[in-house]
Amino acid sequence: MADALLTSAAGAMRQGTSRRDFLWAAAGAAAGLAFVVAVRPARATPASMQAAIDKIAGAARVDSGKVTIELPPLVENGNAVPLAVRVDSPMTEADRVRAVHVFTEKNPQPDVVSVYFGPRAGRASVATRIRLADTQTVVAIAELADGSFWSARADVVVTLAACLEEP
Amino acid sequence: MASAMVNVPERARRGQVIEIKALIAHPMETGYRRTQLGERIPRDIVRRFVCTYNGAEIIRAELHPAIAANPFFAFSTVATESGTIEFHWTGDNGFTATESAALVVE
Repeated sequence: MADALLTSAAGAMRQGTSRRDFLWAAAGAAAGLAFVVAVRPARATPASMQAAIDKIAGAARVDSGKVTIELPPLVENGNAVPLAVRVDSPMTEADRVRAVHVFTEKNPQPDVVSVYFGPRAGRASVATRIRLADTQTVVAIAELADGSFWSARADVVVTLAACLEEP
Repeated sequence: MASAMVNVPERARRGQVIEIKALIAHPMETGYRRTQLGERIPRDIVRRFVCTYNGAEIIRAELHPAIAANPFFAFSTVATESGTIEFHWTGDNGFTATESAALVVE
């Protein structure tokens, strides 16, 4: 598309069109090029994170609440960020958390970890260390035994991103 | 042989909620990094972690490249009976590791 615009601009010049017309055509070509670049994201986006969440939750509604994310608001090194997810649940036979899923918005892929709580789980809480590629929002979704989904989000500022260092 | 580190209290009272920590030495190569020559370094991660208490599952985790190197997990269980707590990790390129700890419940 950009090539076509450039060719038409060059053609217009040959036919003795004014300088103004040529500039307009060139600007159009640049805009076309910018569009082509913009529609190809190289990493996860809020949309792909939403798609990953939909894959877990299906058609069920995801309400916000019950879930707490512990994540430092400012991270110096994105290579190992302490993350803890707690869910407000008595963890009895009938009322328990089945799983916790964590997603990010701007890592190369949206999934971070899925933790399934078995019959022996004590509290509905888990802690781990994750990688963050950029300043972004982290989302945790809890799947309860009654089929409901609850979520929490945490914003985090990352000064040194993960995945950039040379091996 | 991969080295694993687990932390389980030696003894606990019946009904007490105990904290368990597990760490495995693993580079968790994401598959997104490149060498200086621009070649992509293939993915090599721990994909799954399972912890059981006398055979019954405490937690099971599915890991993705966004888990930091040397995957660490902290979680809890209710001490109901004496027994063994077992940890299993499996991953890319046939990676497996196992660790266990004894727990005495009084």
